[in-house]
Amino acid sequence: MEFVDALTGFRVDGRRPNEVTPTFPFPTAPPRVTQSHSVLLLDFAQMRQLKGEVGVVARADGSALFEMGNTRVIAAVYGPREVQNKGQQVNSKEALVRCEYRMAEFSTGDRRRKPKGDRRSTEISLVIRQTMEASILTHLMPRSQIDIFVQVLQADGGTRSACINAATLALADAGIPMRDIVTSCSAGYLCSTPLLDLNYVEDSAGGPDVTVGILAKMDKVTLLQMDAKLPMDTFENVMELAIEGCKAIATYIRETRKINGLNMLKIASHKWITHRVKGLLVEDEWLCPVQWTGNS
Amino acid sequence: MEHLRWRPSVNEREFIESALQSDLRVDGRHSFDFRKLKISFGREDGSSEVQLGETHVLGYVTAQLVQPYRDRPNEGTLAIFTEFSPMADPAFESGRPGESAIELGRVIDRGLRESRAVDMESLCVVAGKQVWSVRVDLHILDNGGNLIDAANIAALAALSTFRRPECTVGGDDGQQVIVHDPEVRDPLPLTIHHMPIAVTFAYFGEGNIVVVDPTYKEEAVVGGRMTATINSNGDICAIQKAGGEGVMSSVVMQCLRIASVKAADITSKIKKAVDSYTTEKALKKVKRLPASLPQKINVTDVTMEDKGDGELETQTVKTPSDVQEISKDPATTGKASSHEDAQPMLAESSNAEVKITSSSGAAGESEEAQEIGSPKSLKDAIKPKHKRKKNKK
Repeated sequence: MEFVDALTGFRVDGRRPNEVTPTFPFPTAPPRVTQSHSVLLLDFAQMRQLKGEVGVVARADGSALFEMGNTRVIAAVYGPREVQNKGQQVNSKEALVRCEYRMAEFSTGDRRRKPKGDRRSTEISLVIRQTMEASILTHLMPRSQIDIFVQVLQADGGTRSACINAATLALADAGIPMRDIVTSCSAGYLCSTPLLDLNYVEDSAGGPDVTVGILAKMDKVTLLQMDAKLPMDTFENVMELAIEGCKAIATYIRETRKINGLNMLKIASHKWITHRVKGLLVEDEWLCPVQWTGNS
Repeated sequence: MEHLRWRPSVNEREFIESALQSDLRVDGRHSFDFRKLKISFGREDGSSEVQLGETHVLGYVTAQLVQPYRDRPNEGTLAIFTEFSPMADPAFESGRPGESAIELGRVIDRGLRESRAVDMESLCVVAGKQVWSVRVDLHILDNGGNLIDAANIAALAALSTFRRPECTVGGDDGQQVIVHDPEVRDPLPLTIHHMPIAVTFAYFGEGNIVVVDPTYKEEAVVGGRMTATINSNGDICAIQKAGGEGVMSSVVMQCLRIASVKAADITSKIKKAVDSYTTEKALKKVKRLPASLPQKINVTDVTMEDKGDGELETQTVKTPSDVQEISKDPATTGKASSHEDAQPMLAESSNAEVKITSSSGAAGESEEAQEIGSPKSLKDAIKPKHKRKKNKK
């Protein structure tokens, strides 16, 4: 199957394949930003449409819905709260982070019942947990537990990336102190072309699939998963492309938080909410790690 | 159960970390040195035992004929199963595999399967009906750190010595699968295109310090971990860095370059070990030939006669009488038991059988093999007889 049209150079879903340019997200054509109340839509030529919405689960301390094209993920965060099962507590000086990844039965084309503890979802749960742990300032919340639940509502490739992005938004919504935001994006290599943000058709083509998660401001790679065979220099290009994608998502998530914060400010009459939201909007940063890390 | 894992004291942690800051490791290695690797093989094909420092992993490969997956009717299957024995580490639970066991299995599985290291199409017998399902069992016997690398080497070593029985398609409808006894037809090795070697890096101190092949103690203080699965050509087959300490992408690339050098090194070690194992095995067969040569001629003669007569019954009738004749002599039976040990006898019988089947052709092979398999006692008895003759001379 031809994943990049030889004539027009378009991908199966009409996106342009990427030439890895150092000036990625296109300074000449700024991303189109559509704003409708608290929901921000963002279009990059390479990436599928992003959509992030905060506060979708009423009972949770923080929640978010994240969409990357047709991939749709919901995340809920509970905590920091008391450790439920003391046996799980490894280090009483740090918060215990737990994560559960689930794929809804209706999320894929074949409506097969997915067992809860299958190997794939156990591994993804572990990966998401460790990735979020890298950014959460766990030492500020000793003897407590943070639960992250992510549920894939619609799977169209790149579910683990979408889950990490959703979890980041949800953790920020819950007001959990973080070092930096973690964003994730995947990239692949098909028809001798590096492609950003693979969809299901491209993903199941059997080509290489590189998922990268970065700490956006520190510019460090925390999550890196890859399969299938790829020469080293090609891999470098694909990884750099995925990192550019992560940075674009980071900008998007920052914007979402800002707009969301401003909306909250408009609504907020209670003093403590104002306080909390202000805390999220110090300068360009939407969290104030300076204050928190300074005390530690 | 994670809380049962050994945790270093504050002093130990500081010691390990400050030593790493000044480029020293607790066991005296350099940053990019592997521990001592020892690969040994079991008596049977497809079993391996790998020792990487204190880490001890057992690999065992088995195969079975199954129906293929519907979406891949002409490909065999390969599955990795991990068993973390509770005796290896207090943190390992018996029963359901834990998160780390699943991660290990998945990483090795990705490295082997997605990179198509083992040829799957050659494992197909009848498309859509019967394919070989290869199962790799990895048992962790001792956890001295860096289980992934050790387990990966064990899997590769076991896979490269594994032999599956040969099978042909025949029967009335041309769909019947005949699996040949390994003693009748030499079993076949798997086709392995390349060897994906896992190399694990550990990151300390905000990702500035990188070491390869972390020990158990280093793993307890590690900030982040990355496993790169690379073959000797420098192709990247899988990468797993599941969160943890962030590192610059330039550091990642540097690690990958180091990993490709290490992979070439380990590949040659595995190949050397496998080669010496196979040559040793081949030599064992050859060595026994002179001892069994006269007797073998004798046996082939008998079968030739049978063929000529076209009566299988004669053979079956003959054999018991032969046995009786010989066993009448009490002295020889005593000699037989005292002189022979189990192994040479086995080898001889297999040699003889191979000869016979090759002369008889493919038609009634399985039947014949059974027939010949039964009078094992005959050959056992023949040997002392021939020896006795020599003595007389």
